[in-house]
Amino acid sequence: MLYAILCYDHEAVTGAWSQEEEDAVMGRLMTVQKGLEAEGRLGPVARLMPTTSATTLRKSAEEPLVIDGPFAETKEQFLGFYVVECENLDAALDVARDLAKANPGNGAYEIRPVMLYRPNETKAETR
Amino acid sequence: MTADPAWIEKSLTAARPRAVAALLRYFRDLDRAEEAFQEASLKALSAWPKNGPPRDPTAWLIFVGRNAGIDAVRKVARHTELPDEDAISDLSDAEADMADRLDDGHYRDDILRLLFVCCHPDLPATQQIALALRIVSGLSVARIARAFLVSDSAMEQRITRAKAKIGRAGVAFETPDADARAARLGAVGAMIYLVFNEGYSARASDLAGGGKDEDARRSAALFAEEAIRLARLLTGLFPSEPEVMGLLSLLLLQHARSRARFDAKGEIVLLEDQDRGLWDRTMIAEGLAMIDKAIRHRAPGPYQIQAAIAALHARAQRPELTDWAGIDQLYATLERIQPSPVVSLSRAVATHKLHGAQAALAAIAPLADRLAGYFYFHGLRGGLLRELGRIDEAREAFDRAIALATTTAEASHIRQHLDGLCAAPQAPKTR
Repeated sequence: MLYAILCYDHEAVTGAWSQEEEDAVMGRLMTVQKGLEAEGRLGPVARLMPTTSATTLRKSAEEPLVIDGPFAETKEQFLGFYVVECENLDAALDVARDLAKANPGNGAYEIRPVMLYRPNETKAETR
Repeated sequence: MTADPAWIEKSLTAARPRAVAALLRYFRDLDRAEEAFQEASLKALSAWPKNGPPRDPTAWLIFVGRNAGIDAVRKVARHTELPDEDAISDLSDAEADMADRLDDGHYRDDILRLLFVCCHPDLPATQQIALALRIVSGLSVARIARAFLVSDSAMEQRITRAKAKIGRAGVAFETPDADARAARLGAVGAMIYLVFNEGYSARASDLAGGGKDEDARRSAALFAEEAIRLARLLTGLFPSEPEVMGLLSLLLLQHARSRARFDAKGEIVLLEDQDRGLWDRTMIAEGLAMIDKAIRHRAPGPYQIQAAIAALHARAQRPELTDWAGIDQLYATLERIQPSPVVSLSRAVATHKLHGAQAALAAIAPLADRLAGYFYFHGLRGGLLRELGRIDEAREAFDRAIALATTTAEASHIRQHLDGLCAAPQAPKTR
């Protein structure tokens, strides 16, 4: 079984870290990752940029709506994520539009640039 | 989540703008709001490790701060004290209620107001900056004094005087309409840019040479980092304002180059000669993401255009790959919406790259009167004249630039040009 582990924290607090604190935390996290990696259990690792960098494409009956900022409504849950290589925001929005077309209805896609990305590979198999 | 001291400190710093802003609306008095926050912070330091951190630290601090403020008023009025909050960590219902009423929409105008009081037009730039760092960022007076290279008492005085001026002027507490909000946003953006620029200014960079290198760099970085934090705060509150995004983008893209801007000896390294490997790629990536978002709104403004120019520099892997035609076009737009001789001067650098020194010299000639006292004008002009082989005129221009230099790094940079006048002609550059 593969599990996605989604990280939630107070952005204003982590954003106030000094470079030293940032390095220390990332170093400790890396130690954990190295252990998992050695066991062949680690898949892609991504750290997202601040929510201010996010754009949301909200599905609608007509042309999807593009909104600045994260999708903050708590009624909907974070159900998964894609990591896609895109030239720029417009290209990423095109992908999101295609996804919205493929999976019409309610919901939204939050497009957030990735700050750190380690693809990694695990030996686990899943459908 | 544990309530260790480092976590508490970060939470207090993070909560400060929202909490002080809400307390200011409540008490309508800056000093009282600050004292109430201080009081609440002290209580947090004793209550959180004991009872565990609250779910929403900001709401907790506002609630406790408000009670502390009322308490103080009552004590003065010889009334009974309110119950002690020491025993309370999660304020359960009360807190949830606060959090509901103080959603982002509510915070938005509060924080904008708090930022806006710092940029009162009667306050000189240095006082605006000091006030913002003290009140909004919550830096200690001693830390701000060190950054400005003045004594603690001088900084204390400066801040007290600024607060008194604000107190006399009064603060508008009514919820601003769209026009007033836009005006406030503009003033606050300019103030944040002032904070950022302080890092580039004479006092900070004057120390760049010599042994106090590290101190100076740290002070310069402090202004830049706090400005970025404020710009982030503003972007979070106004997520759909393209100029706010542009401002954040501009600050990130400029600050990304900070490590490459001075060499080991503290000498200025021009953009073209900078080691691009020293540029902060993470910051650049975020800056590019922000300008991308802003441009989608098709509502260009000065910050966005400057950010777009910085983005073209950031995107160039090597100096010779710089899109000078794009930069020239962006400057042309900037000249149109915000005409200034300094903008025209900057455009001349692109003109030089595209059409040569003669064309650039012709472009800056009409600026001579208005920029007679501007260091960069004479520096650029000297470089162009040198390239054209007009050595005596170049020397004269460089001499003028040195006389106008406000930092030793600037002066020494031009002196190198003077020394090199006999060497091979070389193009002038921007920082």
